[in-house]
Amino acid sequence: MIKVNTPLDDRAILGLQAGDEVLISGVVYTARDKAHERFIETLEKGDILPFNLEGQVLFYAGPAPAKSGAIIGSIGPTTSYRMDSFTPTLLACGVKGMIGKGSRSEEVRKAIRKNKSVYFVATGGTAALLSQHVVKAKVIAYEDLGPEAVYELELKDFPVIVAIDYRGKDFYVESLKVYSQEKNNF
Amino acid sequence: MRKLQARELTQTVKELCIESNYNLREDVFFALKNSLNTESSKVGCTVIRQIIKNAEIAREKKLPICQDCGIVNVLVEIGQGVLLVGGDIEEAINEGVKIGYEEGFLRKSVVDDPCFDRKNTGDNTPAIITLKMVPGDSVRVTVMPKGGGSENVGVVKMLLPGTGPEGIKSTVLEAVKNAKANPCPPIVVGVGIGGTFDSVGFLAKKALIRNINARNINEKFKALELGLLEEINNLGIGPGGLGGRVTALAVNIETYPCHMACLPVAVNFGCCALRSAERVI
Repeated sequence: MIKVNTPLDDRAILGLQAGDEVLISGVVYTARDKAHERFIETLEKGDILPFNLEGQVLFYAGPAPAKSGAIIGSIGPTTSYRMDSFTPTLLACGVKGMIGKGSRSEEVRKAIRKNKSVYFVATGGTAALLSQHVVKAKVIAYEDLGPEAVYELELKDFPVIVAIDYRGKDFYVESLKVYSQEKNNF
Repeated sequence: MRKLQARELTQTVKELCIESNYNLREDVFFALKNSLNTESSKVGCTVIRQIIKNAEIAREKKLPICQDCGIVNVLVEIGQGVLLVGGDIEEAINEGVKIGYEEGFLRKSVVDDPCFDRKNTGDNTPAIITLKMVPGDSVRVTVMPKGGGSENVGVVKMLLPGTGPEGIKSTVLEAVKNAKANPCPPIVVGVGIGGTFDSVGFLAKKALIRNINARNINEKFKALELGLLEEINNLGIGPGGLGGRVTALAVNIETYPCHMACLPVAVNFGCCALRSAERVI
């Protein structure tokens, strides 16, 4: 099992290949649809974002409420393609990694290759398990959005799979070639 | 006439909201365990093991299986011999959802205006409520929280009657292919056939409530379920959509008569965290 720490540097990213199982430790930031809209609005206005994007990892997620005494409630990935239209801009601004679930657009794949970044996927529907790998959590922006607020999370050995690597190799596409037994392929 | 207090309905809905979000359905849990025997992909097996472990953690620590605790579908089948007293039935149901989502630390995901403001209602209400009068003097309450990822890839199509079972097969397979990883496979595929444009969607949802080991009682539809399951699993989408043999655990079909000019079909996806719970009061 490969272990990486955030913020991601080039050395870590170049060591990751589509299909690798990886454990992530360190700080990541949650952001869903609404937070992405606000990031882009802020950038367009030339204002400052709530955190420095350089080398950071965005986690497409909105947690369930934490029970008293707990660090966080269940938290897992939401469907990534809803963020596709915002992603190339954020990668150009320094974001190096994303954690979500599901395929990305061709534009995102190309932007990942261009900016030498990486797209990880976590398993949808495993939010209770994944919450056990969050060691710290606090809301740092957009509290008014409720579960869509931006949380700064510290992860410890958070299990993901590399879906698109820095060369733009897409594991969803590659694995279908191997496992599809359909006559007319996708 | 048996009198039932509205607050008893509220209490039942509340408990079922919490129960369904913490405890993965047993039929789904054991199907996932069995699927490890058929899955040949290494990553696919990792994904299935994570889903199983997740269900165990959620049950033990009383945590939501998935952070998306869904919009709540509530089906209430009320015996004709029951008189509900002490409150409005829909209010009683929504009150149960509201309390359940607060006390159960469940995520509230419902927005009021669907198009412009999309402001979170803050208590996960309103629920999607279906009321049915049935013979008898008991009330069956079924609660199904449904997440957005699997709901978004659903399909309703009005086929020409002449396309027959082939038309239905290609509609279902096309929907699964387009859905890819998004409904969180291994999935359960709910298919509604017949009825009308509006009612066929509910048939597909009702199909997801049915135990996934129970095949359609009609032999032809049973064969269609099994045939579709095999073809879906030949697509290679696999657990998490990351490639493999186990894309679906089951295909459940529910049918209803329809107009001679129509053949409505609906596909509603159940994710690997397919949740529902029911109780008779």
